[in-house]
Parts: sequence; structure tokens; C-alpha cells
Amino acid sequence: MTPMRELLEPATSRSATPPALAAQRRAARVDLAVEIAVTAAGVAGVVLLGLVIVFVVRGALPLALDPQQRAQVSLDALLLPQPGRAGAALLWSPTARVPRVSLWPLLAGTLKVAGVALAVAAPLGVAAALFTSEFAPGRVRTWVKPAIELLAGIPSVLLGSFALLTLATALQSAFGFDFRLNALVAGLALALAVVPLIFTLTDDALRAVPPAYREAALALGATRWETAFHVVLPAAAPGVLGALVLGVGRAVGETMIVLMASGNAAMVSANLAEPTRTVAATIAAELGDVVMGSTHASLLFLLGAALFGFTLTLNVTAGAWVRRRLARQAGGTP
Amino acid sequence: MRRLGSTRLGLLLVLSWATAAGAGSITVKGSDTMVGLCQRWAQAFRAQHPGVRLQITGGGSGTGLAALVEGATDVAMVSRPVAPSELEALRRRTGVAPVVVEVALDGVTFFVHPSNPLRALTPAQLGAAFGGRVARWSELGGPEARIILYTREATSGTFEFVRDHLLDGDDFSPMAQPLPGTGAVVSAVSRERHGVGFGGAAFTKGVVPLRIRLGDDEVSPTPETIRSGRYPFSRALTFVLAGPARGETKLFLDWVLSGQGQAHVGAAGFFPLR
Repeated sequence: MTPMRELLEPATSRSATPPALAAQRRAARVDLAVEIAVTAAGVAGVVLLGLVIVFVVRGALPLALDPQQRAQVSLDALLLPQPGRAGAALLWSPTARVPRVSLWPLLAGTLKVAGVALAVAAPLGVAAALFTSEFAPGRVRTWVKPAIELLAGIPSVLLGSFALLTLATALQSAFGFDFRLNALVAGLALALAVVPLIFTLTDDALRAVPPAYREAALALGATRWETAFHVVLPAAAPGVLGALVLGVGRAVGETMIVLMASGNAAMVSANLAEPTRTVAATIAAELGDVVMGSTHASLLFLLGAALFGFTLTLNVTAGAWVRRRLARQAGGTP
Repeated sequence: MRRLGSTRLGLLLVLSWATAAGAGSITVKGSDTMVGLCQRWAQAFRAQHPGVRLQITGGGSGTGLAALVEGATDVAMVSRPVAPSELEALRRRTGVAPVVVEVALDGVTFFVHPSNPLRALTPAQLGAAFGGRVARWSELGGPEARIILYTREATSGTFEFVRDHLLDGDDFSPMAQPLPGTGAVVSAVSRERHGVGFGGAAFTKGVVPLRIRLGDDEVSPTPETIRSGRYPFSRALTFVLAGPARGETKLFLDWVLSGQGQAHVGAAGFFPLR
């Protein structure tokens, strides 16, 4: 970089007056400073991510290395039904006299709640984005989009309170659920948090589709709906998938809403009207109360690592799919 | 010269902060049941000792003891017997024998929604319900509906007290829904027609406390029955310290145990030691 500048300087200094030269040098210095700052920020991001991984994995590692913890928690205890008072069962009660540490109730709970949230939020978010991007007149769009995006700014503790106090009562009186707090209440509240995310990213993806696609489709006699659904949406598929993946990540990792609305009973059941306990809520509820270095603490870090591993795998797989898809589109076969 | 000045100023700031923090600051952490009581104490105590600052936070008895082991609090509020393993962990950490002091008495109350016609149950019936061996109110003489169980998070002293005294150490039903704090349990049961929960006798807004049936006798959680031990689910609320109390902590502890301190116990919904 420096030699380049030295080569350029004689040529400019001949034509430029001294004050202009000084200004140019100042600009170069500012440039360099900004470049360093931006690089530092990027590096810091990567370093922080690395530190988080090290922190989580190091917390879980004693389960595999520490002989005392290995004796307390076997792989069987984590994954297979354990004999209990009422026959073999999958239970999570790590502080009981005979600790039970099956991961299945928590994994099943996480999938249940995230599944409900996604089943509601994905169609709703994508449909809303199709409307604002393809059908809504400009004036409606300028109001609707910020309004939905504003939803994303509601703190999750408020959504959780709404679910706990209002939504749960309404659903119980409407459907006569035995349990006021259950997976459905938590999933619906979670959907409120996920819809804006899916909506806004999908909308951006749809708007990025070149107008030529729409014009070509309409010129061939397609209706507006056919154009939107069969041409624009497939062309924006990579962006839409990205939106859905981020939605899944949010749904799986969200803590406060689920902690407040799901009832937090750790049991394996497919019934959406029964309470459930998720991985994230378990970490939040229990990590503050454990002695660091104990088996219970290591188990919570293991849960954290599992959560992290899941979202990472999801992001990497979806990323690979998006890249393949984009390459195909660039190659001319949409 | 200028640099020297600023260094000196910085040092002065650090020193003054350090002395301010040292001058009479007591941290108290633990049982959510005891937070309200301790805040009353702190308020009255501060009026007499303005130099002493008290910082009171909840989180559960287990949390308080964990903080004490980590050295993050001066006093742990504990609403259940302290396990020998916990005392051992404290001793290992500090090298001194920890101190457990009873500061008040409490009765664990079981409560139901006002619409529930049941007003008294035996310990065995409550144990069967919370242990998951009985699933419907009709089996206990109540309405034809599922029993919706509310408990506390597993680190709470109330949770452990009920597990040890009602379930003989057995696990709660996996269907039981743990909530953070007795207030949350009361609020949940007040909204759940077929719910049942438990907590300190101090909280019963919007719910109906159950009497405990012992033979032909029915005992309500009242000051008399709890102090005499006739109410079966009474317990001592305790302060746990890492070693013998010193300085401000001793001042506070002595005051809490004095007639002045005990006078505030009743107002917080608990029962004084004498």
C-alpha cells in the first residue's frame, strides 16, 4: 500500500497545489484508519464467536473427561429410558434424589413449541410478504411494512406476559384445555415474535427479484397471482429459505416467552395441549442456581452446545442449498 | 505533571470507592419466600443504622447457598434444612465451619382455586396428587376434572421441603409445572380452576388455603398451630453464613433476633421465633 502511494504522489504533487495535497493525505489517513477499524470489528466478531464456542464446549467437557461426572451421567442415562417408580421413563429432574437426566423431554419440548410457532409463522409471514411486495398499492405498503416490523421490536418478556395472562386464559376457555399453560400457548406467542422476522426478510427477497421476471410472466398471459406465486416466489426462494432458517433459529433459541407460557413440565408427549419444557428455558431456569463445576452445570452446558450445534448445522445446510440454487439461477436455468 | 495528577486522581477514586464498598454493605441472597421479610427488616434496620447498606435478592434457597459457596453473598436465606453436602462444600471453600441461624417460622400452605369445593385433604391425599399417583379431583372427593399441579423450580427451598415432607423424598409428578416464586404459583392457581399449588403461608391472595386433615382433626395453618408444630408442614426460615458473623453482618443478625427484629416477622406473614 505504501509503495503505491509513493508512486502516485509525485504525479499528483506536480499538478496539485500544496493545500489540496494535504487534504488528499488526510483522506488517505482517514481511509486507512477506517480500514483498520472495520477489520478489527470483523476480527473481533470472529474471535468472540470462537470464545463462545470454547466457553460452551469447555463447560460441557467434564461430562466426558471428569471420572466423577462420567460415573454419574452415562450415555444411557442421557438417551435411553431409565427405570423409575412407574416403570422405565424418560425424565429430566437433575436435582432429584436419584437424578434423571434424559435429554428427550427437553428436545421434544423444543421441537413441539418451535414446530407450532413455525407452522403458524411461516405461512403467515410469507403470505404477508407476498401481499406487501406483489399486491399492495404503494401507500398501503409504506404503512403495513413498518407496522409489522414494529412487532419485532416488542420485548419478548412482554409477549410472554401477554401469553401468560391473556392468551392462555382465552385459549383455555375457547378449547377447554385441561392445562392453562401448554405447548400451544407458548408456540402461538412465539409465532408473534417469529412472524415479523420471516415477513421482513421474505419481503426484501421478493422485492429483489428483477421486474423483468414479472413483466415476462404477465406478457405471457399469467394472472397477477400466478406471477407472484409461480414466478416471483420461486425466484426468491433462496432469500425466503434464509428467512425461514432465521425464523427456526429464533424459535428454537427463544427463552423468555417459552419460560413464561409453556408450563415448563418436562415430559415427553405429542399432545400440544399439555405443558412442555424447552432446552433454552431449562438453561435459563436452572443455570443461575447451579454450583459451577457440578454435574448439573455441565449438563446445562451440554444442552447449550446441542442448541448451538443444531442452529449451526441448520445454517450451514441452508447456506449450501442457497449457494447451489443461486449458482443454478446464474447458469440460466431458473 | 498533568499525567501524574490524573493518575493520582484515579487512585484516589479507586480508594474511595473501595472504602465506600467496605463501609457497611451486606449482601443477602436466597429463598424467594424470605425476600419480603428481609426487605422489611432491611428497611427498619437502615433507619437505625444509616451507615449500613443491605442488598437483598431472591432466586431460591439453592441459589443463595450456591452464591455463599462462590463467595458472592454474605448471608444466604434458606427456607429448608441445609444438606450435609452443602455444609461440607462451604467448609471446604472457607476452611471455617458455616453457621445456620433460625430467624423465623413458616407454614407451607397448600391452596386451590376458590371454585374448588374441597377445603381439607390428608397428607396422604396431597402426596398422591403431587406424586402423580392420583390424576383426578374426583378421586379425592372433588369435581370430575384433572388435577393441575403447580410446584416451584427445583432449587427452591419450598420445593425441597414439600418433596421431603410430603413425598418422602420421591419425585414430583412429571406433569407438575414448576414456576419461579410462590407469588407466581398463587397467581397461576388463582387463574386455573382445577389447579393446586403450595407456598409460604404469607401468600394466599385469590386462592383458598386447604386445611390438613389428620385423623378426625383438621388443622389450618395459623400462628398457633405452626408455632406449636401441630400444623404438619411448618418449617424454620434460616440465615446461613460462611463462618461466625462479624462486623455489620453480626450487627444485623443480632438485631434480627432481638425483640425489635422479630416484631416485623408477623407483618411479613410469618411467625416470630418466640
